[in-house]
Amino acid sequence: MLTAVAIILDGLSFSAWLFLASAGLTLIYGVMRILNIAHGGFYAFGAYTSAMFVGWYSSTDGHPALVYLFIFLAALVVGILLGLLIERGCLRFMYKSDEVLMVLVTYAIFLILEDATKLIWGVDPYFAFEPYAYLGLVEIFGLPYQVYDLALIALAVICGFLLWWGMNKTRTGKLLLVVIEDREISSGLGINVAFIFTITFIIGATLGALGGAVTAPKISVNPGLGVEVIVMAFAVVVIGGLGSIGGAMLGSVIVGFARAASVHLLPEVELFAIYGVMALVLAIKPYGLFAQAEGRKI
Amino acid sequence: MKLVSKSIRSLITVSAIGLSLLSNPVSAADDNKSVKVGFVMFLSGAASGPFGIPAKQAAELLVDSINAGSLPAPYNSVGLAGAKISPIYTDEASKQKVADYKKLVQKDEVDIVIGYISSGSCKAIAPVAEQEKTLTVFFDCGTPQIFEEIITNPSYVYRTAASSTMDSVAAAKYLLSEKGSVKSIAGINQNYAWGQDSWRDFSESIKALGGKVDIATEQFPKIYAGQYGSEISVILTKKPDVVHSSFWGGDMEALVLQAGARGVFSRSQVVLTTGESAMHRLGKQIPDGTIIGARGPNGDLAPASELNTWFREAYLKRFGSLPTYPSYHMAQALLGVKAAADKAGKSDITSINTALKGSEFATPSGPVYMSLANGHQATQETAYGTFKFDKKTKAATVTNVKRYPAECVNPPEGVNSIDWIKSGFKGAKC
Repeated sequence: MLTAVAIILDGLSFSAWLFLASAGLTLIYGVMRILNIAHGGFYAFGAYTSAMFVGWYSSTDGHPALVYLFIFLAALVVGILLGLLIERGCLRFMYKSDEVLMVLVTYAIFLILEDATKLIWGVDPYFAFEPYAYLGLVEIFGLPYQVYDLALIALAVICGFLLWWGMNKTRTGKLLLVVIEDREISSGLGINVAFIFTITFIIGATLGALGGAVTAPKISVNPGLGVEVIVMAFAVVVIGGLGSIGGAMLGSVIVGFARAASVHLLPEVELFAIYGVMALVLAIKPYGLFAQAEGRKI
Repeated sequence: MKLVSKSIRSLITVSAIGLSLLSNPVSAADDNKSVKVGFVMFLSGAASGPFGIPAKQAAELLVDSINAGSLPAPYNSVGLAGAKISPIYTDEASKQKVADYKKLVQKDEVDIVIGYISSGSCKAIAPVAEQEKTLTVFFDCGTPQIFEEIITNPSYVYRTAASSTMDSVAAAKYLLSEKGSVKSIAGINQNYAWGQDSWRDFSESIKALGGKVDIATEQFPKIYAGQYGSEISVILTKKPDVVHSSFWGGDMEALVLQAGARGVFSRSQVVLTTGESAMHRLGKQIPDGTIIGARGPNGDLAPASELNTWFREAYLKRFGSLPTYPSYHMAQALLGVKAAADKAGKSDITSINTALKGSEFATPSGPVYMSLANGHQATQETAYGTFKFDKKTKAATVTNVKRYPAECVNPPEGVNSIDWIKSGFKGAKC
């Protein structure tokens, strides 16, 4: 019983982290058709900025609960500044380039961001554990669990809902769906595609940074953080279908539960479980679970 | 004609003597000789902050001090038998470690390579170093596989730090001396040679020392995973008496933060074999009572000596923090090479290689004996202690330190680690 409870909680917790880390990646691909390797860089910048803000705020006499605002502030600052800088300063000049070239371009940006983190923050680890400890511990069927981890599950659900609501229930979201459908016709209909792209990239970058910002209190923030994340994020979005928010959510849940179950029941296959599931899904649905068939333009 | 040819012969002879004098400088000109040393450690990636940079800083400090002759005795002479060290630093965080090594040897033409933190790196480099016939000193990696499986008859490869067997055996001895007996143990170790060997040696040592013990769970998450929620849940559901981890770097720090917050440390006795490397950074985040090691008597576990005092003070003055065990391991490697060169009285690589084999030398962490693997693998005494955060001074401390002689926690020459442990530590002198 306890093991079953643990698998469910761990599965949800890991799924939430995966979704937060991968939602921005799939959003940017869905709208812009850019497989953004630099997403790992946004995650790392978010983590470092969050650790820096939390460290600074924790050294003041401010109320401990307000520290969480600084985590979100870190994600916003990174997402807006880096997103704007990269999209306006680099990517917009290459939108007509091949998708493969864009992968290389964003990979180059990722490497630059990796070095930039070392230039700005050095190579010493940063800690921001105050928000993780502040919310305390609850026992669920006898299993101690950090409230912060449960809060991350709620945050992932809220993010997923906001993305769904934003894309399906708002005017901008509907315009965005049109751009996803066909950017040339959208442009012909008078939709400002360039503006949509900029907004999308900033939202995607902010989501990536948010993933890092909320993870920072649980880890030692070190150089190379983004590398590990981007691999997992790709596994998730490939399973769900590149460009699908619902797919990213389902992919996160599948990978999260596969990993949690294997750690509890058969730890020897923990790493295999993640990629085994990915291989299985792709064998049945080569473009991922939620990918839609696309007509080829001639 | 004869006169001309005699003059030419004389000129050639004088020129030859002059050239010969220029190419064989003696005494005073020895100051200009140098030994090119390639240093390899993590300068980027997750292991750079807690391991690579402290090791590099120790290398910089030691190289400058050796070249200036400003070290305390017995190292108070200039250079390696008079030859200055010329360092080249290379990042270990590379996908092409062997190519980087070959570049150091073939293009940069280094005389000696001192490097490698990861056991995976050492496993890859050891056979290549033997092929290249280049004196290579592993300063930190721990897997016993290097001289037990990878190169069983080494000529050019040395390791001046003890293998992970020493860390695991001493951890088991310390644990049982503190707890009396344990019924169940759990392990969370990184999924590669270091983590697997550490856990194997620790769990087998517990069995050899304490009899029947239940293995509650064996977790091997991927290195640099960073998220250990599921593994921690398994440990909490299995409720073992003891949790062993040889995690290092950011992984160890993340585990302490996550497991500490969820009460693992209060429910089980946690043993962190590399805990010392983060104790000052993490401070009170490490719960009191945690058993910590330093991969030898390093850092806060180092014995008092003039050399250790100099090392700690000089390091603190130059870098603003105290040296941790990767710094100590780097010091061991450089001082081992210096001791060998000074003993040989020559700085050529053949002489250093011959003198280093089977040698004994002083280090900030006490004497090191190159007593295993035909004189290529170091042993030394080691120590374990219990972590305590001093609330008055707000400093991380280690209490109840116990020391174990080299012959007590390292296998005898010619015996594989695991065979020695399973034999009940036959031949150990404790």
